[in-house]
Amino acid sequence: MADQIARRRSVLDGWALPSRAGLASLTNAGTAARFVYRGAPELVGDAFGVSLPTVPLRAHAQSGRAALWLGPDEWLLLSAEADGSTLAVALSSALNGKPAALVDISHRQVGLIVSGSSVEALLNAGCSLDLDMTTFPVGMCTRTLLAKAEIVLWRTAGDTFRIEVARSFAPYIVALLDEAMHGIA
Amino acid sequence: MLLITCPYCCTARPESEFRYSGEAHIARPLEPATVSDDDWAAFLYMRTNPKGLHAERWRHIHGCGRFFNALRNTVTDQILKTYPAGTPRPGLGAPAEGGR
Ligand SMILES: [Zn+2]
Repeated sequence: MADQIARRRSVLDGWALPSRAGLASLTNAGTAARFVYRGAPELVGDAFGVSLPTVPLRAHAQSGRAALWLGPDEWLLLSAEADGSTLAVALSSALNGKPAALVDISHRQVGLIVSGSSVEALLNAGCSLDLDMTTFPVGMCTRTLLAKAEIVLWRTAGDTFRIEVARSFAPYIVALLDEAMHGIA
Repeated sequence: MLLITCPYCCTARPESEFRYSGEAHIARPLEPATVSDDDWAAFLYMRTNPKGLHAERWRHIHGCGRFFNALRNTVTDQILKTYPAGTPRPGLGAPAEGGR
């Protein structure tokens, strides 16, 4: 009997991710465990190992895990993919019986890392936010629009952003940023 | 493009992140079965449609996702104030509470 093999494949596999030397480059953030949590922030902080930020538009990151503020009662939790199932158990038992929602969206979206000295100009090709360090500092995150795609944008370093985007929009975002890279200097 | 300050994100954000959701402060009757047809039709369809200051619902759909209210001048399109959903219409020397 033939063995059936299910092979994990990212929507980004086979895409040559664009870069312009020194100015900007796009890389695949790789697999991740992702949860959207809605509820009181203090309920899951201990189980997650990172406190959930209550200041709007801020992310807390520590030892490979990150909690991103998406709304007043909504967070995106990121972790290593291998942690996904144990994390799901730990978070749900912390929430046992409490009014809250925890949804595993690990495979719903993909992560892209955009970095380089012209990263703000590149993102501003499709994003209307002021990405200057004074108005969008390291550790700030938000759901927003990149051209026609809804993304989560998180500044992880002065010249580096992480984009989280629905997998079906990933090829569009890659093509858009590829095109935009011709326009930056 | 309008810049709209979301009361939950506490920053001004581009209009393209928002959706308009009609007039604010329209309370659904608590017991619809006891409401007359005329009153129910008024609740569903009748709006104040003012020229000038208008309290309206907006949703930061491509941001924090939350509904909030805004006071907008329908003549100039200027948004004078935004405030969280569920809070009363703030005063601005505005006309008395409109509608219901
Ligand atoms: Zn908002």
